[in-house]
Amino acid sequence: MLKFENVSKIYSGNHYAVQNLSFEVEKGEFIVFIGPSGCGKTTTMKMINRLIDPTEGVISIDDKDSNLQDTVQLRRDIGYVIQQIGLFPHMTIQENVTLVPRLLKWSKEKRKERAKELLKLVDMGEEYLTRYPNELSGGQQQRIGVLRALAADPPLILMDEPFGALDPITRDTLQGEFKDLQQRLGKTIVFVTHDMDEALKLADRMLILKDGKLVQIGTPDEILTEPANEFVEEFIGKERLIQMRANVETVEHMMNKHPVTIHESASLSVAIQVMREKRVDSLLVTDSEGYLKGYVDIEMIESNRNNNKTIADIHLTKIHTVHKKARLRDSISRILKLGASYVPVVDDDMRLLGILTRATLVDVVYDSIWGHEDPGKEDQIAATVEESVL
Amino acid sequence: MNTLIEFLEVHGGEMIYLTWQHLYITLSALFLGTIVAVPLGILLNKVPRKFGQFIIGIVSIMQTFPSLAILAFVIPFLGIGQGPAIFALFIYSLLPILRNTYVGIRGVDPALNESGKGMGMSAWERVRHVELPLATPVIMSGIRLASVYLVGWATLASYIGGGGLGDFIFNGLNLYQPEFIFAGAIPVTLMALLFELTLSKMEKGMTPNGLKAAA
Ligand SMILES: Nc1ncnc2c1ncn2[C@@H]1O[C@H](COP(=O)(O)OP(=O)(O)OP(=O)(O)O)[C@@H](O)[C@H]1O
Ligand SMILES: [Mg+2]
Repeated sequence: MLKFENVSKIYSGNHYAVQNLSFEVEKGEFIVFIGPSGCGKTTTMKMINRLIDPTEGVISIDDKDSNLQDTVQLRRDIGYVIQQIGLFPHMTIQENVTLVPRLLKWSKEKRKERAKELLKLVDMGEEYLTRYPNELSGGQQQRIGVLRALAADPPLILMDEPFGALDPITRDTLQGEFKDLQQRLGKTIVFVTHDMDEALKLADRMLILKDGKLVQIGTPDEILTEPANEFVEEFIGKERLIQMRANVETVEHMMNKHPVTIHESASLSVAIQVMREKRVDSLLVTDSEGYLKGYVDIEMIESNRNNNKTIADIHLTKIHTVHKKARLRDSISRILKLGASYVPVVDDDMRLLGILTRATLVDVVYDSIWGHEDPGKEDQIAATVEESVL
Repeated sequence: MNTLIEFLEVHGGEMIYLTWQHLYITLSALFLGTIVAVPLGILLNKVPRKFGQFIIGIVSIMQTFPSLAILAFVIPFLGIGQGPAIFALFIYSLLPILRNTYVGIRGVDPALNESGKGMGMSAWERVRHVELPLATPVIMSGIRLASVYLVGWATLASYIGGGGLGDFIFNGLNLYQPEFIFAGAIPVTLMALLFELTLSKMEKGMTPNGLKAAA
């Protein structure tokens, strides 16, 4: 859909506002440019609709070099929402919203229909059509700004900090509404912000810029779990990294890697012994290659005891498993729902890797309150616990 | 009272004629001034800022020439009569209109211009649908200002044979006949007031609705 190839923008001699940027955006993707002030987000965005011409490199939209196209035509096919909203104060809401259709010479009736249709998308009534922008609240103006970009149904929409000037509650509502709208309409969105929460909430993928250079590009999960460097980590913020850990951390990271297992060929009496030794009431059964076969518990062994059977002989109960790449948060809620004391963690081939226990849940809660690595505090708490026991 | 009626009986026709002539000179100069200065003011916003300021500077300097000097100046080139008078006054009307147009358009929020540009409005479409409507109040007040000046300056047209109410005033001054001075000055004053009123009405009428509610 959108492709940057070694794009640079050089101002006055040798100042690189954007340097050697290459990336691709898929159709229907919501991509967020983020980075500190002056890192080149706006410059990068404006090069897409050629409000700024790149100094070097090629930007293509649907495989067509945008540099070879007529700028006016190009821009009519790309929705654009600027930070300051930019509604025309002398035009009614209808006139504002249907400006691009008017430039494209749609008939009056068609424009009016379109305006009504668009207002419906954000639950605003027809009575707003004849109002002027200064008769609307900030949030309503912002909505109209977004609708205006949607009016001629462009496949690609650029938005430069569109929700920047709003109070947090309105912003939150609009972000939600907008994300829904985007998914419903299947638009490709390029969105600029310096608000990390906003980026994490909206982005399919995020592109992190610093001093005009690309630092990392990836899904919010990828960026949260594997920040490319210290800058990204710092930019995300320690707090958020910890808070998000439970949301994005995979089971693999937090599982207990030493589950108590038993080979399927072992006899039931061996199983009992293992249970006694490890003080557990059930065992995960694996074969020689480490594939999970099921589990046995004390009751099952009890009812089969008389015969000299191996575990492979008794009917193993199927057990719920989670994949190693599953979200920790989802898996925990699963444990809680099932009322199970643990869930085995497996890979693609059902090979047993570890288990997730209720203790893991405690670890996660602990982390999100006191941080991930803080042994000092841990000692302190342990000490307090001991004291209270005494 | 009697003198007034007598005066009007003898000179009423001439007075009406001169008033009409005065109005004609003023309106012609104002019309020319507007159709030249407004597009020029728009254009000056499209050229490098320094150049725009330079042109405005030149026009400002022209404005400081004494009116009579300009009138005298056009005689060698254009001769005398109504045409040259209108031309001289037209030069005078340029500055207030040009300056207000330039400032009015410059004053349009750059964000609006960018938003228009980003949505795919051509330069002309932006002038037509964004800049001009938004600058209208300022441009109109420039035209109003120019009109009031022009009504006054148009009396000087009489010096180069352009006619108008200046004929009465200068005759009165030359012949020590105060009634002629009044017969010229009173209609001029009324005409200036009339322009002021009419144009400020137009200014309000032409201000886009969305801008009015804000005020
Ligand atoms: N017209 C210009 N001439 C020279 N330098 C410019 C120009 N426009 C932008 N720059 C520089 O290019 C760099 C990137 O600017 P840009 O506006 O893209 O930043 P940004 O990431 O959008 O920042 P912000 O979050 O503050 O909006 C900055 O260092 C800025 O000073
Ligand atoms: Mg910016």
